[in-house]
Amino acid sequence: MVDVLERPATLAEPPHEAHGPTGLLKWLTTTDHKVIGLSYTVTAVIMMVIGGALAEIIRAQLASPNGTLVSLAQFNELFTMHGSVMIYLFAGPFAFGALANIIVPIQIGAPDMAFPRLNALSYWLYLTGAITMLSGFFTAGGAANFGWVGYAPLSNSLNTPGAGADLWIGGLLLTGFSAIFTGVNLVATIFYLRAPGMTMFRMPIFTWNLLVTAILILLAFPVLTAGLIMLYADRHFGTHIFSVAGGGVPVLWQHIFWFWGHPEVYILALPFFGMVTEIIAVFSRKPVFGYKGMVFATISIAALSLGVWAHHMFTTGVVLLPFFSMMSLLIAVPTGIKIFNWIGTMWRGEIWFSTAMLMALGFLVTFLIGGLTGIYLASPPLDFFTHDTYFVVAHFHSVVMALVLAGMAGLYYWGPKFTGYLLNETIGKVQFWFLFVGTQVFTLPLYLLGLRGMPRRMAVYPHDPQWQFLNDLSSVGAILIGVSTLLFVANLVVSWKRYPAGDNPWDGQTLEWFTTSPPPHHNFYRLPPIRSERPTWDHNHPDHRALPHGHRVEAPE
Amino acid sequence: MLAAAGVVAGGLALSGCTVPSFGASPGDTTSSRSVFHLWQGFSIGALIIGGLVVALIVWAVVRYRRHGERIPDQHQYHIPLEMTYTIVPILIVLGLFAATMVVENKEVANPRTNVRIDVNAFQWGWKFTYPGSNAVVVGQTTQAPTMVMPVDTNVHINLTSSDVVHGFYVKAFNFSRYALPGVLNQFTLRAVATGTFFGQCTQLCGLYHSLMWFNVKVVTPSQYTAWLASFHGSAAATAAAAAAAAVRQQTSSLVPTKLATTTGTH
Repeated sequence: MVDVLERPATLAEPPHEAHGPTGLLKWLTTTDHKVIGLSYTVTAVIMMVIGGALAEIIRAQLASPNGTLVSLAQFNELFTMHGSVMIYLFAGPFAFGALANIIVPIQIGAPDMAFPRLNALSYWLYLTGAITMLSGFFTAGGAANFGWVGYAPLSNSLNTPGAGADLWIGGLLLTGFSAIFTGVNLVATIFYLRAPGMTMFRMPIFTWNLLVTAILILLAFPVLTAGLIMLYADRHFGTHIFSVAGGGVPVLWQHIFWFWGHPEVYILALPFFGMVTEIIAVFSRKPVFGYKGMVFATISIAALSLGVWAHHMFTTGVVLLPFFSMMSLLIAVPTGIKIFNWIGTMWRGEIWFSTAMLMALGFLVTFLIGGLTGIYLASPPLDFFTHDTYFVVAHFHSVVMALVLAGMAGLYYWGPKFTGYLLNETIGKVQFWFLFVGTQVFTLPLYLLGLRGMPRRMAVYPHDPQWQFLNDLSSVGAILIGVSTLLFVANLVVSWKRYPAGDNPWDGQTLEWFTTSPPPHHNFYRLPPIRSERPTWDHNHPDHRALPHGHRVEAPE
Repeated sequence: MLAAAGVVAGGLALSGCTVPSFGASPGDTTSSRSVFHLWQGFSIGALIIGGLVVALIVWAVVRYRRHGERIPDQHQYHIPLEMTYTIVPILIVLGLFAATMVVENKEVANPRTNVRIDVNAFQWGWKFTYPGSNAVVVGQTTQAPTMVMPVDTNVHINLTSSDVVHGFYVKAFNFSRYALPGVLNQFTLRAVATGTFFGQCTQLCGLYHSLMWFNVKVVTPSQYTAWLASFHGSAAATAAAAAAAAVRQQTSSLVPTKLATTTGTH
C-alpha cells in the first residue's frame, strides 16, 4: 500500500452517476450505503420514539403507589418491550447501522461498503425483525412479558405461552442476523477498502471504534442466536435445555444471554464513544488527544468485555465472584483513559459550543455518572445490596441516556453531511437543555429509590407509598426528555431544506468533510493526500499539523 | 493518592467516625454493616474522582471557549501524563478490589451453626421450613409469610425455587440472592437487632411479581425456641400437619394452578 502520495489523488474521471429507479422504488432496491444508512437512521429514530412512548406510560403508571393506568400483565409487557425496543431496535441499529453505514466508508475514502447487497439485506432483516417483535402487541396474549433478558424458565412455554414471546424470539433472531451481516460488512470494508495512504493508524477514531464494534458483534451475536434457537426449541420442540424437569440447566440461559449481553453494552457504546471523540476534537479545533492511547483503550474495553458477563449473575451464587469482579473493575481503567483523553482534547483548545458539542459535553457528564456507579456494581457485596433494585436501573439509564445525548450530537454533526442541510441551532440548544436536565431529573432519584429498596419491574408499590415522591420526580424528568424528543422532531420540520450546509460547515478534520454534502454517488470526486488521521484538516490548514510530543511551539513574534 | 484517600476514609468509617451514609443505611446484620462501610468507601472514592473530572471539564469549558478564529496549538500526545492516568486508576482498582475481597469473604463464609431455615420460593409466595421441628410457614403475595429467626445467631439459609427464578431480598440486610430452580443456594445471616423487616422478590417472576412479599421477624433466642415449640402442641401439631398438607397439595397442584392463572389473565 502506498503510504504517501506525491500529489492529490484525483480520479481520472468523475465517479459513476447513480443509474436506475428514483423515489420509492429507489429506496426499496438501493444498495447505496448512504441511502441504506438513512433508512436505518429514520427507522431507528422511530423505534426510539416508540420505546420512549412506552417509557412514558411506565413512568405514568409508577407516579402513584397503586397506579391503575395499566394492569399487572400489561405492565410486564410494557417494560419488556420498552427495553427490547430501546436495546435491540434503537440503540444497536442506530449505533452500527445508521451513522456508521453512512460515515465509515466516507471516512476511509471508500466508494461504498464492501458488500452492498449484504448491506441492503441487513437493513431489510432489521426492519422485518422490528415489525415482527412489535407485532406481539396485536396478538391475543399480548407482547412478550418476561423482561428484555427473557430469563429461563420464565420464558418457557409453560410460564409464558402465547405468540408474543415467539414473535419476540423471531424478531430478535432477525435483527441479530442483521447485526452479524453488518459486522461482516464493516470489518471487510475497513480492512479492504481504505483509500491509498489511509493506514490503520490514520483511521479516524470513529472508524476504529466501529471496527472494534464489528469484531465484537461477530464474537457475541452468534452466541445469542444459538441461545434463542435453544429457547425456541425448548418452547416448541420438546427439548429441555433450560428446564430442570428434563435435566436441563436454567442458569445456562443467563450465561449465554450475558455472554452476548455484556459485549452488547460495548457494541452499543463504542460507536457513540467514537462520535463524541470526533465531535470534541472538531469543535475544540484540535487533534484527538492521545489518539493511539484512545485506540488501545477501545481494544482493551472490547477484550475485557468478553470476560465480565457473570457480573450480571453475582447473586445467582453459581459464579466465581473474584475473577468477574476484578475483570469488571478493570474496565474502568480504559474507560477512564478515554474520559481524560476527551478532556485533554478540549484542553487549550478553542471550544465552539454548537449543539453537537453541547450534546457531547452532556454525554461526558452523564456517562461519568453512569460509569462511576457501574464501579459499585462490579463489587459483589455492593451488587448483592443493589441487584435488581432501581439503583441498577438508574445506572444503566445514566449510561444509555448518555448514549442518546451522543447520538443526538452525531445527528447534529453529521446530519448536514448526508442531507446537505443544517439543523436549527437555537432549537437544538433548547433541546439539549431539556434532554440534559431531563436525564438527570429522571435518573438521579432512581439511584436513591434503589438504595431505599425499590425493586425494578414493579407495577405497584402499595407497601411503600413513601417511594412515591422520588418516582414522581423521576416521571417529571421523563416528561422533560419527552419534550426534548418533540423539539427534535420540530427542528426537523422547521429546518427542512432551509439552511444549506456547504461541504464543511464545522471545519471538520476527516475525509467526509472533503466531499460534497450530500456526497455524490460513490462518494468522492477527488481525495486529498492522506498523511495523518486528519487529511481534510491538513489540506485546509497546512501550517497547523499535529505536533509530536515534546515539540515546543515558538512564541509568536 | 486517591487510593490512599480511600483507605483513610475506609479506616475512618470502620473506626466509627462520622462519615456520610451516601444514601445507604448500615442495616441490621453483621454483613450489612460491612457492606455499608464498603459502600461509604466506594462513595468517597467516586466523589473524589468524579469531582476531579467534573472540575476539569468545567475548567476546560470555561477557560477554553472560543475567542475568534485563532487556531490553537495542535498538541496530540503527552506520554508521561497519559501513563499517569493509566497507572493511577489501576492502583485505585486494586485498592477497591482488595476492599471488596475483605467484605466479600466475610459475607459468603458459611460458619457452622445449628439454626437452619429452608426457604422455598414459588409463584408467588414463600415457604419457610425449619428442619428438626414441625414449623412451616407459607404465604402468598400480599398475605406475606413471616420468617422468624433468632438475633445474634448464625442462621443458615437453604434457598431453593419451585418454578422460575426469584430473588430473596431484605432491604434491612443489604443483601439479596437468587432462588434458582435446580440449585441449592446457601448463605448465613446474623441479625444484630430484633424487629420485623420487609422482604420482597426482586427478580421478575411473572404476573404477581410486584406483590411477592415476606417479612423477617428477628426475635430473642428464647422467644425463637418458644415459637418453634409452639408447633409441638397438640392443637399446633394439627395445624402444622394441616399446613404441611396444604403445602403438599399446593406443590402437587402448582403446575395446573399456575397455568390456569396465567392463561386466565390473558
